[in-house]
Amino acid sequence: MIEQLLIEGLAIGACYGLFGVAVAIIYKTSEVVNFAQGEMGMIATFVAYHILTVYNVPFWLAFVITMVFALALGMLIEICFLRPAKDPTVLGLIIITLGAEMLLMGLAGWKWGAEQKDFPFLLSVQKTHEILPGLLLNEWSMGVFVLTAVIMVFLFLFFRYSRLGIAMRATQQNENAAKIMGIKVERVFSITWAMSSLIGAVAAMFFAARSVLDPNFMMEPFMRAFAAAVLGGLTSIPGVVIGGILLGIIENFFGYAWPEWKPIVAFVVIIVIITVRPSGLFARHYVKKV
Amino acid sequence: MDMKRDYYEDIELFSSGTILFWSVAFLVLLFTLPLYIPSYNIYLLNIILVHVILAVGLNILVGYTGQISLGHAGFFAIGAYGTALLMMHLHMPFLPALIVAGLIAAFFGFIIGLPALRLEGPYLAIATLGFGLTIMHIIGRWEIFGGRMGITTPPLDLGLPGSAYSLVIEGDVKIYYLILVISVLMVIGARNLMKTRVGRAFVAIRDDDIAAEVMGVNLTVYKTMSFAVSAFYAGVAGGLYAFVVGFFDPFTFNLILSIIFLVMVVVGGLGSILGAVMGAALITYLQFDLLKNVEELPYLGEFLVLISRKWLTVIGLANFGSIALGLIMLGIVIFEPLGMFGIWIRIKKYWKTWPF
Repeated sequence: MIEQLLIEGLAIGACYGLFGVAVAIIYKTSEVVNFAQGEMGMIATFVAYHILTVYNVPFWLAFVITMVFALALGMLIEICFLRPAKDPTVLGLIIITLGAEMLLMGLAGWKWGAEQKDFPFLLSVQKTHEILPGLLLNEWSMGVFVLTAVIMVFLFLFFRYSRLGIAMRATQQNENAAKIMGIKVERVFSITWAMSSLIGAVAAMFFAARSVLDPNFMMEPFMRAFAAAVLGGLTSIPGVVIGGILLGIIENFFGYAWPEWKPIVAFVVIIVIITVRPSGLFARHYVKKV
Repeated sequence: MDMKRDYYEDIELFSSGTILFWSVAFLVLLFTLPLYIPSYNIYLLNIILVHVILAVGLNILVGYTGQISLGHAGFFAIGAYGTALLMMHLHMPFLPALIVAGLIAAFFGFIIGLPALRLEGPYLAIATLGFGLTIMHIIGRWEIFGGRMGITTPPLDLGLPGSAYSLVIEGDVKIYYLILVISVLMVIGARNLMKTRVGRAFVAIRDDDIAAEVMGVNLTVYKTMSFAVSAFYAGVAGGLYAFVVGFFDPFTFNLILSIIFLVMVVVGGLGSILGAVMGAALITYLQFDLLKNVEELPYLGEFLVLISRKWLTVIGLANFGSIALGLIMLGIVIFEPLGMFGIWIRIKKYWKTWPF
C-alpha cells in the first residue's frame, strides 16, 4: 500500500514539477511570476480538444498543432502585454499576468462554455500494468515519468550548451550587460515565454486527462505547481522538479490519511517552508543591495 | 500652492478651503442620496461602500507599505463569518461583534505578517494566496461555519438582541446609513493614520526597507502592524458585507475575489486614499451593474451578441465581464501605472495651469 501511494504521489508530483518548470523558466529569465501559466495551458488544451472533436484528426497531429499554438500564444502574450509596460514594478507584473489570466479564462468560457468535458487523451489513468509484484502503475504515470525525464535532460543540455540557453542565463544575471554583449534581450524573453508556454501546455494536457476539462480546471494544479516551484526555489530547475515530487508525495500520503484536508496541505507546507527558508529549498539566497 | 511650510500644514485634514468645501458637499450628497435613487441602486451603493473600506485598508498594505497580498478574501471571510457567528452564538450586539471580528482578522493579519518579514515579491504573493485559500477550505469543511451550504445572517441588531433595548435595522436604506457612517470614519481614520509616525514608517518601508531599518524604523513592528491594520479593515468590511448580502457561503471568498480586491487598489491608484475609493467604486459598479447583463449594453451589446452567434457561444457571453476586467488590469499597468488617481492629478494640473 505504501509503495502504491508513494509511486502515485511521485507521478502527480512529477506532473506538478513539470508545470512548475514552466513557471520557473520565465521567472529565471525575466523575474516575472506568470500567474497566467495555468490558463495558457488551459487554452492550449481546449484547442487540442477542439481539433480532436470537431475535425477528427489523429492524436499526434492535434498534439503538434497544439504545440505550435502554445508557442505562438506564449510569444504573443509576451509581445502584447509585457513588452509595452515601461519599468513595471513587481506588483505591476503580477497584475499584468493576472489580467492575462482573467482574459484567457473569459475567452475560454465564451468559446467553450462552462460545462465539464472529457479530454480524449492518449494515455489513460485507468489502464494499469503490474511493473513489480503487487505494484501497479498506470499508463498516465509512465507517460509523466518519461516526459519529465526527457524535458529535464533537454533543458539541462539546452541551458548548458546551446547558444540560446546561455543567452537566457546571461539575460537573467544582468540584463544590461547581456544587451551590451549583443544579445537581443527582448527576443530572448519572447522565446522564453514560448518555451514555457509549450512545456505548460504539455503538462496541462496531462492534468486534463486526470480530471475534467473546463475553464477552471487548471487553477488548482497551477497553484500546486507554483507552490512546488517556490518550494524548490524558483530559480533552480532540478529544484523545482524535486519540490514538485516532494509536494506530490506529501499530498498523496496526507490525502490518504485525512482526505477532507487534502486541498490545503500544499499551502500549509509551502507557508511553513518559505517561513523557514525564504528562497525555497534549493535556490541560493541573494542579499539585496541598498 | 502645494508647498508645505510647516508640520501642522502637513498633518491637517483639509489642506485648503476648496477641498473642505467639496468634501462637505460630497458628504451631504452621500447622506441625501437615498432620496433620489431607486432601491436596487442602494444595494449597489452598499456593496460599493463595503469595498471602499476594504480597498482603503488594502491600500495601506499594498500602496503605502509596498507588500503584496493575494489573500485578502481570507480576512474578508473572517470578518463576515466572525461577525455573523458572534451574533448568532454569543448574542452580541452588532457593533461589538463587528469590532471583535475585525480584531480577529487583525490577529490573523499579524500572523501572516510574521513570515512576510522575510519574504518579498512573488514569495509573499504565494504565501498570502495560500493563506486565503486555506481559510476558504477550512471554513468550507467546519460544521460550525455552516459548511458548504453557507449561512444566513441573523437580524442586524444595534442594541441588545432579545431585550427591551433591541434596535433592529432592516432594509437597504437603513443599512446604507450605518455603512456610510462606518466607512466615512474608516476612510478618515486611514487618512489620518498616514500622516502619523506610523504612516510615515509604512511609506519608508515601501521606498526601501533596508534604508528604513537603518534610519531606525523597526521592520518587525511596522510590517506586522501594516498587515494587522489592513486585515482589520478587511474584517470590518467583511462583517458589513455579510449583512448587505444576507447570505454567503465559503466559495464567495475565492481567489478571484482576492484578485478583484487587488485590482481595485491598482486601478484606483497605489498609495492614495482617494484612488482606493475611486477604484473600489468603479470596479464594483462594473462588476455588479454594467457587466452583469452584457447583451443590454448600448451599441457594444448587439455587436457582442453578433460575434457570439457567429464564432463563439451566446451562453458564454456572461464571461465577458472577466475579459473586460482582464483588459482593464492590463491597460492600467501598461498605459497608466498611477491608476485613476494619476488621471485625476493630470486633469487637476491641466486646469490649474491653464492656459499654459
